[in-house]
Amino acid sequence: MSGTGPRESVFPTRMALTNTKTRLKGAQTGHSLLAKKRDALTTRFRAILRKVDEAKRKMGRVMQLASFSLAEVTYATGDIAYLVQQQAKSASFKVRANQENVSGVVLPTFEVDRVPGTDFNLTGLGRGGQQVLRSKEIYAKAVETLVELASLQTAFMILDEVIRATNRRVNAIEHVVIPRLDNTIKYIISELDEMDREEFFRLKKVQGKKKRDAEAAEAKRNAELTEQSLQSDSTVSTGQSAEAPLEDDSTTVDLLSSKDEDVIF
Amino acid sequence: MATNKPSKDRNLLAAIGDEDTITGLLLAGIGQVTQDQKNFFIVEPKTEVQSIEAAFGEYTQREDIAILLINQHIAERIRPAVDKYQQAFPALLEIPSKDHPYDPSKDSVLKRVQKLFGE
Repeated sequence: MSGTGPRESVFPTRMALTNTKTRLKGAQTGHSLLAKKRDALTTRFRAILRKVDEAKRKMGRVMQLASFSLAEVTYATGDIAYLVQQQAKSASFKVRANQENVSGVVLPTFEVDRVPGTDFNLTGLGRGGQQVLRSKEIYAKAVETLVELASLQTAFMILDEVIRATNRRVNAIEHVVIPRLDNTIKYIISELDEMDREEFFRLKKVQGKKKRDAEAAEAKRNAELTEQSLQSDSTVSTGQSAEAPLEDDSTTVDLLSSKDEDVIF
Repeated sequence: MATNKPSKDRNLLAAIGDEDTITGLLLAGIGQVTQDQKNFFIVEPKTEVQSIEAAFGEYTQREDIAILLINQHIAERIRPAVDKYQQAFPALLEIPSKDHPYDPSKDSVLKRVQKLFGE
């Protein structure tokens, strides 16, 4: 028996063998498909990885520029922080989430959705209005960069997760499912072979016994025949027609009892 | 875990940062203030870690926020919570501030990127 590794608990029948073979084929197909998916995702992932790295560095510069423009505003207008905080009412800078499909994985991409108009119409009315406007534009640009980066980063997180899951599945199929099915098939085949050998041996045995039975019966019949012929020879002189049926009865009884004795072996 | 789906309602940006950063972002027009909640949180040097964490928790739980911006030096103060955060939505973005230049080696996402590159 080759049931060394773990295997499915099935009865070793031909049907189970066929089923298991089909499942093994399915597992192999699934494995190659998943491996392809993993490769496609990894390619995409590497590209995104590079872009994330780049975008993060770019963000540093953009934000620096934006801070600088705000410093200009502060210089021209004075501190507008409180004013801005109080006047913020509803967002004019929003994002919209779209979806992109990469080998069956839905990746979100954020898109900037700007509503014209602003909450800060009166900011910088006295002086520095131009700086405020400029700073606003620069910050809007900066936030656009941030949104772009955010969608890259989200794609990065999701892809990371999906690749991990896919890897887990690929490995599970490769190292657990396929060996187990292999073991099951080996087990079923070995059991079937074993059964074949047993059956063969049994048939041989039955055949041998039948042969011996036939021989014994033959011998008996021969013996009886000779006996009968002897008896009939002796009864021929006295009167055959009267005693012949009686003789016949006794011989049949004799035959049965002798056969019974013979059966035991 | 990237389990939650991007929904149509997620269209706001939120920000946790120092006064200057928030002012700039508000100028760009990200501010959304309703009766009981707003989508920006100003951290001053004397603001306690607990309240930053509370704001962080609130913004990451809200259903209408797509992107959460947080100053890196503030993220540094609540680093355990930031590093633990693995969700895809809202996307968490660490941004530099005026006084603290951007340090890529501290970013939780970039750390993962670096780890994947430097295999």
